[in-house]
Amino acid sequence: MSKSDPNAPKRLALIASKGTLDWAYPPFILASAAGAMGWEVGIFFTFYGLPLLKSDLHMQVSPLGNPAMPMKMPFGPEGFQNIVWPMPNILMANVPGFEAMATSLMKQTFKNKGVASIEELRDMCVDLDVKMIGCQMTMDVFGFKREDFIKECTVGGAAMFLEYAADADVQLFI
Amino acid sequence: MDVLKEDQVLDCSGMSCPMPVVKTSKAIKTIEVGQVLKMVATDPGAPPDMEAWSRQTGNELLRSTQEDGKFVFFIKRLK
Repeated sequence: MSKSDPNAPKRLALIASKGTLDWAYPPFILASAAGAMGWEVGIFFTFYGLPLLKSDLHMQVSPLGNPAMPMKMPFGPEGFQNIVWPMPNILMANVPGFEAMATSLMKQTFKNKGVASIEELRDMCVDLDVKMIGCQMTMDVFGFKREDFIKECTVGGAAMFLEYAADADVQLFI
Repeated sequence: MDVLKEDQVLDCSGMSCPMPVVKTSKAIKTIEVGQVLKMVATDPGAPPDMEAWSRQTGNELLRSTQEDGKFVFFIKRLK
């Protein structure tokens, strides 16, 4: 439906360009919220955002070089949970498995706070008919195959997304 | 306050954004036009979100209150 139709629903066009656990959230949260409001939603997954469309998701978060990320524990008494642990880069860079640990702590924190998992949010987006477009060029560059990705996504390029975004009321790059 | 009678109850306690809005949008489709959905949430972001959701979807937010640390919404399905 184009904008010339006054009864056309609002449209949201997102670019998801980041594939870490933290940055996987904004596109799926915005898309499912917009879908719940009856908007048409399309997300173009490109570069590091493309793996968010894989059937098996393995996102991680890296606190290294990310001073804005609060380092807190998702368990123990409240006073303990509120401690922000100072983590020098030299420690984060040299301890094997530091990212895996940070990832499991973040997942636990989100779960404790009632935040849905990326898998759940993506399933909701599928339910809400969010159009998910995987970037063909990224697929070729990283050597991914179509069968690595969920069957609900389509594959396309920049022109295909831009045509969709040209008729959108809200366009965001994430 | 008048007593509002709901036709269906949806409990979104413990859920955070965007779940209350997503669950509400699903639940509203299961009641008839003119019927009322009562939604309960604990997410402090729910009141402004439900107001926006109602405006965007054209359903009527009859009442938005806070009681016992919970946010309670009565929504009438209009379309």
